[in-house]
Amino acid sequence: MKLIKSSTYSNVQLFWLVALRVLIGWHFLYEGMVKMTNPNWSSVGYLLDSGGFLKGFYFWLAGNPMILRTIDYINIWGLIVIGLGLILGALSRMFIIAGIILLGLYYFSHPPFIGLRYSLPMEGSYLIVNNMLIELVALVVLFLFPTSREIGLDGFIFHIKKSKLRS
Amino acid sequence: MENNKTDNSNNDPRENKKIGRRELIKALATVPVIGAFIYGWYRKQKFDWFLKQSIREEIRLDAVNPVIKRDVSRERQIRLGIIGCGMRGRDLLKAAGFVHPKTIDEWKEEALINRIDKRYHDYLEQDDLNVVVNGVCDIFDINAEKGLEAAANINRESSGGKMDPKPKRYRTYKELLAAGDIDAVIIATPDHWHAPMTMVAAREGKHVYCEKPMTWTVPETYEVVKTIKESNIVFQLGHQNRQNESYFKAREAIEKNVLGSINLIEVTTNRNHPMGAWVYPIHPEACPDNIDWDQFIGPAPYHEFNLERFFRWRCWWDYSTGLSGDLFTHEFDAMNQIFVLGIPYSAVSSGGIYYYKDGRTVPDVLQSVFEYPDRNLSLVYSASLASNRKRGRVIMGHDASMEIGRDLNIYVDRDSTKYKKKLEEGIIDPSLPLYSFTPGAKQVDAITSPTEQYFAGRGLLYTYRGGKRVDTSHLHIREWLDSIRNGTQPSCNVDRGFEEAMTAHMGTIAYRENRKVFLDADKQEIM
Repeated sequence: MKLIKSSTYSNVQLFWLVALRVLIGWHFLYEGMVKMTNPNWSSVGYLLDSGGFLKGFYFWLAGNPMILRTIDYINIWGLIVIGLGLILGALSRMFIIAGIILLGLYYFSHPPFIGLRYSLPMEGSYLIVNNMLIELVALVVLFLFPTSREIGLDGFIFHIKKSKLRS
Repeated sequence: MENNKTDNSNNDPRENKKIGRRELIKALATVPVIGAFIYGWYRKQKFDWFLKQSIREEIRLDAVNPVIKRDVSRERQIRLGIIGCGMRGRDLLKAAGFVHPKTIDEWKEEALINRIDKRYHDYLEQDDLNVVVNGVCDIFDINAEKGLEAAANINRESSGGKMDPKPKRYRTYKELLAAGDIDAVIIATPDHWHAPMTMVAAREGKHVYCEKPMTWTVPETYEVVKTIKESNIVFQLGHQNRQNESYFKAREAIEKNVLGSINLIEVTTNRNHPMGAWVYPIHPEACPDNIDWDQFIGPAPYHEFNLERFFRWRCWWDYSTGLSGDLFTHEFDAMNQIFVLGIPYSAVSSGGIYYYKDGRTVPDVLQSVFEYPDRNLSLVYSASLASNRKRGRVIMGHDASMEIGRDLNIYVDRDSTKYKKKLEEGIIDPSLPLYSFTPGAKQVDAITSPTEQYFAGRGLLYTYRGGKRVDTSHLHIREWLDSIRNGTQPSCNVDRGFEEAMTAHMGTIAYRENRKVFLDADKQEIM
């Protein structure tokens, strides 16, 4: 798939795409930090509240203490690292993909489909589309419209890599 | 929007040179966002810390689990006997470390289907109490056999595993209590047998763990207290919720006056399943040939052989103490543990048989109100056996209220005097818990039947020690055995049992005689 080069964007386009990237990064980073600093946090409650066709899978995750510990660890550090990557524009493509996978897992754990109800309160009213799905699609947009080589450390990394190749 | 830039990333001669100032600025353009995040994070942490600190200073409670130290040498083996191997009797055998192999088969199978089902895992983790069962007594042959097979399963094996020889079966409780190779006895029989058996056991010098309620009538309550005090035995009444970590925290909150002046305590029972209403299954093989009916009747009024009465005895006053004795006693004991309430000044009750028109004589809906004028509070009990509406266990104070189940939550009252300043400053939000305590917060639980859900929600099935889920009955039995070994009093001793039984009897008599009742301590009567 051929991606649009960031240098073809207008300044206004670039500004808003970078803003979207940074804001999603901020959200990921803060979610991760909150979980990291709460000694009682565990994904177990969320997993056991799962619904939809993947419910059995999430229950299985919750039922295995080893897997649960790993899930908790991945959740916390995944969110933090993805957040930092998006804000700084470092290895953005990889972190965007990781973010899409993570949000996909969250979405399919609690899909707002007709007939499904959850004990955990939701902060809004949703039918099929919820904030997680929107954030996921926004990350897909950021994947297709990359900005980190223009604004972000990827520009730096790309420059060094290219210099090494040429020398 | 116009694209006013050209694609020059591949041909830009600058890429071959050192990175320029402009490129550097663009590469690092979002770094300040990290600075802003760190600043925002710091401010938020500081604000949260300030809120927590302000609240902590006010209530002086932390979220740390209470430390319960019971380091007792278990070198000395205690030789047990059990009277009554029905559902509850077998639960208590499990709590002591003896489970029927077929039950272990079922747990193993369930654990394979449902990975959250930890019953088998938890049982294997349960402490070895260094006890042996030397005698089993049950007047129903099938239950007696189940008890014998469970008692022989000393290695916690499933079917086909290595078993010990079965212990001796006793046909009468008196024979079991006279046995020389039994030190202590578990009594899990119908209510009308609790007191007679406890008294014979005490006279025989056997330590007693007796299921609640302690007694069936008022006169025998006084006799039990007298007999136990004259003996040298250790008596524990079966209120296993004494071991619930939430209650230790609740007591701490009361001692630190977090709720202010407490004026009303509301405790409830809500169940909506035949098993919860004592409509227990009748064993298909049960008949006069394998049930000793005369022994079942004992001190109760005579009635011809009846399987419903035998298996669902809780439904008749002839053998039972109804809602008051079976379920209110758990609620009362929880509150007595937290508040040291003692016996109330007066009681009124009302209710009726409104749903289960199955020939029972005990009500399925009951309200009892107990007054404690010396403490300036009322204790209200409300029960329904035909509705699952969750109402909890709530303690209402002028400054805050507390809800206790498996979790504990404290909410500040919006018109509190004590917290007025902090409410005005916005430090305390009355819609959010001021304090929450969840024992074993990171654990996964699987509770199976509706009755189990009811008990678990009220902290009657499991609690946590060191973050590990533990059966509260196991802890209660363990406390009793430890007390026998070190000669101390357990938490639910005969004095607590006396308060429990007398309060329950006041509620029952007020209902049955449809009047307000009072305790006449001198005459040892309920007036």
